[in-house]
Amino acid sequence: MTAAADAHAAHGTPTGWRRWVLSTNHKDIGTMYLIFGFVGGLVGGAFSMLMRAELMFPGVDFLPAMTGGDVDAAYHLFNVLITGHGLLMVFFMIMPALFGGFGNWFVPIMIGAPDMAFPRMNNISFWLMPSSLILLVLSVFMDGGAGPGAGTGWTVYAPLSTSGHPGPAVDLAIFSLHIAGVSSILGSINFITTIFNMRAPGMTLHKMPLFAWSILVTAFLLVLSLPVLAGAITMLLTDRNFGTAFFDAAGGGDPVLYQHLFWFFGHPEVYIIILPGFGLVSHVISTFSRKPIFGYLGMAYAMVAIGVVGFVVWAHHMYTVGMDVDTKAYFTAATMVIAVPTGVKIFSWIATMWGGSIEFKAPMLFAVGMIFLFTIGGVTGVVLANAGMDTSMHDTYYVVAHFHYTMSMGALFSLYAGIYYWFGKMSGKVYPEFAAKVHFWVTFIGVNLIFFPQHFLGMAGMPRRYVDYPDAYAFWNYVSSLGAFLSGFGVLIFLYVIIKGLRSKEACPDNPWGEGATTLEWTLSSPPPFHQFEKLPRIK
Amino acid sequence: MTFRKALAALAVLGFTVVAFPSVALAVAGQPVENQLWFQDAVTPTMEATMEFHNLLFIIITIITIFVTALLAYVFIRFNKRANPTPSKTTHNTLLEVVWTAVPVLILVAIAVPSMRLLYFQDVVPESDMTIKAIGSQWYWSYEYPDHGDFAFDSIMLTDEEAAERNEPRLLATDTQVVVPVNKTVRLLVTAADVIHSWTIPSFGVKIDAVPGRINETWFKATKEGVYYGQCSELCGVRHAFMPIAVRVVSEEEFAQWVEQAKEEYASNDNAPQQLAAVAVSQ
Repeated sequence: MTAAADAHAAHGTPTGWRRWVLSTNHKDIGTMYLIFGFVGGLVGGAFSMLMRAELMFPGVDFLPAMTGGDVDAAYHLFNVLITGHGLLMVFFMIMPALFGGFGNWFVPIMIGAPDMAFPRMNNISFWLMPSSLILLVLSVFMDGGAGPGAGTGWTVYAPLSTSGHPGPAVDLAIFSLHIAGVSSILGSINFITTIFNMRAPGMTLHKMPLFAWSILVTAFLLVLSLPVLAGAITMLLTDRNFGTAFFDAAGGGDPVLYQHLFWFFGHPEVYIIILPGFGLVSHVISTFSRKPIFGYLGMAYAMVAIGVVGFVVWAHHMYTVGMDVDTKAYFTAATMVIAVPTGVKIFSWIATMWGGSIEFKAPMLFAVGMIFLFTIGGVTGVVLANAGMDTSMHDTYYVVAHFHYTMSMGALFSLYAGIYYWFGKMSGKVYPEFAAKVHFWVTFIGVNLIFFPQHFLGMAGMPRRYVDYPDAYAFWNYVSSLGAFLSGFGVLIFLYVIIKGLRSKEACPDNPWGEGATTLEWTLSSPPPFHQFEKLPRIK
Repeated sequence: MTFRKALAALAVLGFTVVAFPSVALAVAGQPVENQLWFQDAVTPTMEATMEFHNLLFIIITIITIFVTALLAYVFIRFNKRANPTPSKTTHNTLLEVVWTAVPVLILVAIAVPSMRLLYFQDVVPESDMTIKAIGSQWYWSYEYPDHGDFAFDSIMLTDEEAAERNEPRLLATDTQVVVPVNKTVRLLVTAADVIHSWTIPSFGVKIDAVPGRINETWFKATKEGVYYGQCSELCGVRHAFMPIAVRVVSEEEFAQWVEQAKEEYASNDNAPQQLAAVAVSQ
C-alpha cells in the first residue's frame, strides 16, 4: 500500500461502478474521456468507411442495399453519414480524447496539483457527453424528411436545417450539440480555474509545460465561442418549431446570419481541435530528442496568437455567400496572418530536434508525422485563404483534403502520439513497440492515399458532399477508397497494440523515456497514485 | 550555387506539372480521367485565377520541400546513433526573428496579387447582358430579362439520355444556358427553397444562391463550347444531381437561339417580378 492510498482510506476508496459513475478523480475521468473518444472515433470511422465504400466506384450501388433499394433514401443516408461523421469526429472523438482525456489526466499532474479545481463539475462535464452521444445516435434513427437522420452536414446551415428538414432528427442533433457544448464549457471553466489557481509553488505561467498552455488557450476558445454556437442553434430550434424567422428571409431574417454565427464558433473550433495536439507534440519532440523545447516562450505565445487571431477570420468559410469585396479582402489578410505563428511552431519543433539525439519510438514517429502532414495541410490553407483563389476551391474536395490534413492527420496523429507517449504512465504497462511502429506506417500510408488524391479531385472541380460523381473522377476516388480501407486496417492494428499492451506482464518504470522527459508526470509512479502530490512539489 | 540549381529544377518541375494537364485535356468544360489540375480556363477570371495559383503552387511546393529537407537532415544528422550527446541550445533570437519575418514577407508577396485577383473577379464590369439563375431542389431555372424575359428550367438528364446525346453522365442537362462568346454576362443568382451554389469551374465562377438574396457575379467566355458545373452547396437529398450546363456560341447563333427560345419557352412577361416574388415567398 502506498502512502497515498493509505491516506485516502480515511474516506474510503471508491470501487466498482461507484468509482466511475460517481468519479471525482481527474485520472479516472480522463480515462473515461479517452474510452469515450475511442468509441466516438470507431463509430465516426465506420461512417467514413461506408462513405468511401459508396464513393469507390461511380454510380450509387452500395447504399441502396442498406435502404431496401430506395435510391432517394440512399442519397439521404449519404448526407446523414457525412453529418454524423463530422459531428462524431469533432465533438465525440478529437475533443473528448485530446482536451477531456489528456487534459484531465495530465494538466493537474503537469502543474503539480492534486486534482482539478472542481472535481464534481468534472464528473458532470464527462457524464453529459454520453447523454449527448445518445441524442445524436437517436437522431440518426428519427425521421429526417426523406429518411431517418439529419442530412444537413455538420454545419447545419439554414434553411436546409429548418424548412428543408421536417421531422425530429435535426431537433435531436441540435439538443445533442447543446449538451456537448455545456459539457465543454464546464470542462473549460474547470481547466482555467485549475491552471490559474492550483499551480505548484514556483510554477509561474512562464514555467508551465506547453501542454498545459495549450489546454489553457483551448479552454478560453471554448468558453468564448461555444455560447455563440448555442445561441445560433437555439435560434434554429425556434425557427423550426416556434415560428420565429431569424434565418428566414420571408420573415425578415437572413440565412447568411446563421453562417456568420456558426463560423464565429466554427473557426475557433478548428483550433480547439488542433491546439492540444500542438502542446502534446512539443513534449514528445523534446522527450525523444533529449533536448529542452526550443523557443519555449515563442511556442507558448504562438498558441495564444493563434487563439486570438482565430476569432477574427471566420468568414473565410463563406467567401462565396456574396459578401462585400472589401470584407473578403479583410478576411483574406487576417487569415494569412495565422500562417506566421503556425510557422513559428513548425520551425521551433525542427529546431528542438536540431542538435538533439533523436530516438524514433512510436510516439516520436507520430509526432514527426504530424509535423510533416500538418505542414501540407498548412500550405494548402494558405492557398484557400485567398478569397479570389477560394472561388475555385470552395466546397470542392480540395477543401476536404486540406482540413483532413490538418485534422485527420494533424490532430489524430498527435492523439496517437499522446496515447503511446503516456500509455505506460496511464496503465503502468508496456505497449508492443514494433506493432505500434507498424500501426504508424500503415496509418501514414493509408491517410495519404485517402487525402492526397483529393487535392486532384478538388482542383478538377469535384464538389464535396456528393453521393455520386461524373465518371472522370473515378480513378482518384478509387485510390482514395483503397486508402480509407488501409487506414481502417490501421485502426485494427491500433486495437491490437492497445489490447496487447494492457495485457502485458511487463511493468512500466516511473520514467520509461529517460532524461528527455522532464515534466512532473515522470516523477510519479506508473500508474500514478489515486491522489498525487499530497506534498506539493516545489519548482525551481 | 547548388541551391540556385535546385530552385531552377523545382521551377521546371512545377511548370511541367502545370503544363501537363493542359496537354491531357481533350475536352474543355468538363473533368477528364485522372486529371491532376484545373479544368481549362475560358474566361479572363479563370485565367487570372490559374496564373495566381501557379505562383501559390510554386511557393507552397518550395516551403513543403524546405520543411521536408530540414526534417530529413535532422533525422540523419541528429539521430541517436549519429549524435549520442544532445546539445542544450534553447534559444537563438536571430533565428526566431528570421522565421517570423520571412513568412510575413512571403505572405505580403502573396497578398498583393491575391487582392488584384479578388477585385478583378468580384467587381462586375459594364455588362452586355444579364441572366438570372434560380436554384430549387433540385434543378436550376434561368431567365433572360434582356431578350424578351423568357424563362426555362434546366434539369439533369438521366444516365441513358446523357449517353444518347453523347454527353457526360451527371453533368448534362435537358436545356442549356446559352450565351454569346466574348460578351460580358452579368449573372444574378438566388434560390427558391434552400441554399444552392452556381458554379462553372472553367469560368472561375462560384456564387451561392441564397433564398431572399440576389447575388451578382459575371463572366466573359472567350471560347465556344459546352461548359459544365455542379451545385456546390449541400442542398438536400439530390444535391449531387442538379448540374449546370452553359453553351457558349457565336453572336449570330445566339441571336437565332434567342428567337427560337422566345417561342419555345413560355414568356416571363406576365410575371415580371418573378425573381423578387421567389425571394419574398421564402
